[in-house]
Amino acid sequence: MLEEVATTEQGDLVINIGPQHPATHGVLHLVITLNGETIKKVEPHLGYIHRSIEKMCESLSYRQFIYVTSRMDYLSSHINNHGCAMLVEKAMQIEVPQRAQYIRVIMDELTRLASHQLWWGAMAMDIGAFTPFFLAFREREMINEIMEETCGARLTMNYMVPGGVMFELHPNFCKKVKDFIVHFRSKIDEYDELLTGNIIFQNRMKNIGVLSKEDAISFGCSGPTARASGVECDIRKLYPYEVYSQVQFKEILATEGDSFARYKVRLLEMRESMNIIEQLIDNIPEGEFQAKTKAVLKLPKGEFYSRIETARGEFGVYVVSEGGTTPYRIKFRSPGFSNLSALDHMVRGQKLGDMVAIMGTLDLVIPDIDR
Amino acid sequence: MTREELQAQLPELAPGSTFEEGGEWLNMNVDVSLWKNFSHALKFTLSLDFDYLFCLTCVDWKTHLTMVYHFTSTTHRHHLVVKIKLDRTTPQVESVAEIWRTAEFHEREVFELFGVEFINHPDLRKLILPDDWEGFPLRKDYEDPINMIKL
Amino acid sequence: MDVNPKAPAPFPGDVIPTPGGGILVSKMDQVINWARSNSLWPLVFGTSCCAIEMMSTASAKYDWSRFGFEVARATPRQADVIIIAGTIVNKMAPVLKRLYDQMAEPKYVIAMGACATSGGPFFYNTYSVVKGADHVIPVDVYIAGCPPRPEALIHAMISLQEKIKLGLTREQIRMEKPEQSF
Repeated sequence: MLEEVATTEQGDLVINIGPQHPATHGVLHLVITLNGETIKKVEPHLGYIHRSIEKMCESLSYRQFIYVTSRMDYLSSHINNHGCAMLVEKAMQIEVPQRAQYIRVIMDELTRLASHQLWWGAMAMDIGAFTPFFLAFREREMINEIMEETCGARLTMNYMVPGGVMFELHPNFCKKVKDFIVHFRSKIDEYDELLTGNIIFQNRMKNIGVLSKEDAISFGCSGPTARASGVECDIRKLYPYEVYSQVQFKEILATEGDSFARYKVRLLEMRESMNIIEQLIDNIPEGEFQAKTKAVLKLPKGEFYSRIETARGEFGVYVVSEGGTTPYRIKFRSPGFSNLSALDHMVRGQKLGDMVAIMGTLDLVIPDIDR
Repeated sequence: MTREELQAQLPELAPGSTFEEGGEWLNMNVDVSLWKNFSHALKFTLSLDFDYLFCLTCVDWKTHLTMVYHFTSTTHRHHLVVKIKLDRTTPQVESVAEIWRTAEFHEREVFELFGVEFINHPDLRKLILPDDWEGFPLRKDYEDPINMIKL
Repeated sequence: MDVNPKAPAPFPGDVIPTPGGGILVSKMDQVINWARSNSLWPLVFGTSCCAIEMMSTASAKYDWSRFGFEVARATPRQADVIIIAGTIVNKMAPVLKRLYDQMAEPKYVIAMGACATSGGPFFYNTYSVVKGADHVIPVDVYIAGCPPRPEALIHAMISLQEKIKLGLTREQIRMEKPEQSF
């Protein structure tokens, strides 16, 4: 059951990391109890970016609340919007046209690529290597340009609507995506050469922060964090949505559960995302990009839950509706909240420098946790 | 197990509980006094094996509060939604943080936003709000004349 | 009655200061202001989504170190300008004030994005958002956008540089027209 609760003895050092710190990926305040350099307990203090989104959404209409979620986990903004739009469609039984489904999945996978690229650059910067940061942003800018031509924005693209997507694709979209994939396939080999095979990097990552399979399930972890411990939890495979049932891709699993396994899982996921995009980009069917829906949406009375696989894990939206134009209660199940609760368990007994490496591989985005 | 099989097996573990019609997954209303034994049974019965708690929240229906737990099993792949009705003036329920470790953070969040007290929680204090915050913001009767516009 | 009271006649032998300082001092001021504006080091402070656009501005495509913002320091004691990128909430406001107090003079503040300017999309019906960073610390430049493009951030930095070069004090920067023409 629960381990020994670590008590502060005499001679222990209690230090603060954050909320303003280069390595905390946002505003995370950690209170660490140290015995020398060995960590006895880590306590996250959250709430420095708590924007009361759940209360605010009770006064927004069903078309408006979708775009607040792209400010929550801003690195997978398309995927969050997609999850909310899927909830409204599930509740109102709206059928999404095939063309819109293909476009949505391609945008999702491009967003997943961009998010993993930024994760790679930021994690390497935390460990001390500065070059990967600039390389990652160089490729991420290419994806941002593709998104900007079609959706109009680089980071918080408000592109998904209940029923489809908001605009038609730009004529250059397919060609640019294909060129980008060819370019990125050579670059990801460069990433492997730089960092994965590096003996210093491997020594910093192997056998650090081990999370066993039972613990990953008990802590509610999802996404690459759990898949690196052997838990099969990819929503795209278990409960397929949109066109994922027609696409061939592998679910990447590892068994060691240490930081290096989490790193490898994400790099291999980038390759799988490129495979998915390649299978879909040439076969986008003609048709409508948006189903006809009423201007003001009213969900029927009841409770609905929709889940989607973001770059960090399972993002769930739970809505209790009383039949009006605004939700009665909305709850966002964010992946980072559960992944962070496993941090204390993972770092006990490790050194302080290893904790930064472990936090880098957890891929936390703090506004997603605080909501 | 399918929904019908679950609906047949679960009432023996929690006598007196009712099921709701409709919905995507099986919704079960359990009495608060039975929750401690029932939660143990959900996790440790081999045929049920609900080991993944993926959503824990609370809903304020102006006369009472309702706790909502979403479970799934990684081995059998079935889902269950458990709802517990709580009294509004003194909401208290048994904590499940020992069984599913993810509940440690989720229950702290429900405690500070709704005021539900979890018995036997290892460390019940505020998580997201500042330490000196008064009131329970997500309740429907939370008064904040500066910031909230009543619709 | 004298409506415009005149200053008393100067005693012979008083040194009358020329407006803008003497020739040597005003040239020194120009050089100092030019040097100050071309080497403003920002503080690493990003709370939410605008921080990603700030990181994009720092990286290779929209490089901000060509304008002198070379090193982003992590500690406020070594930084000159704080770019508030993201929403400020009630719990974070004392932290922001403490960081600002720790910075050494002359220090400047840029409020990036809609959230830092006025609360942004979280203006209505939130109980925990500070509606604008200027409720906490005095701000010099505001940038609109959610999030603003990297070019908008660079434009704001260049406007801050121009105002510093004009030799204005902090109070004068926030007025409509600069009093001294260049």
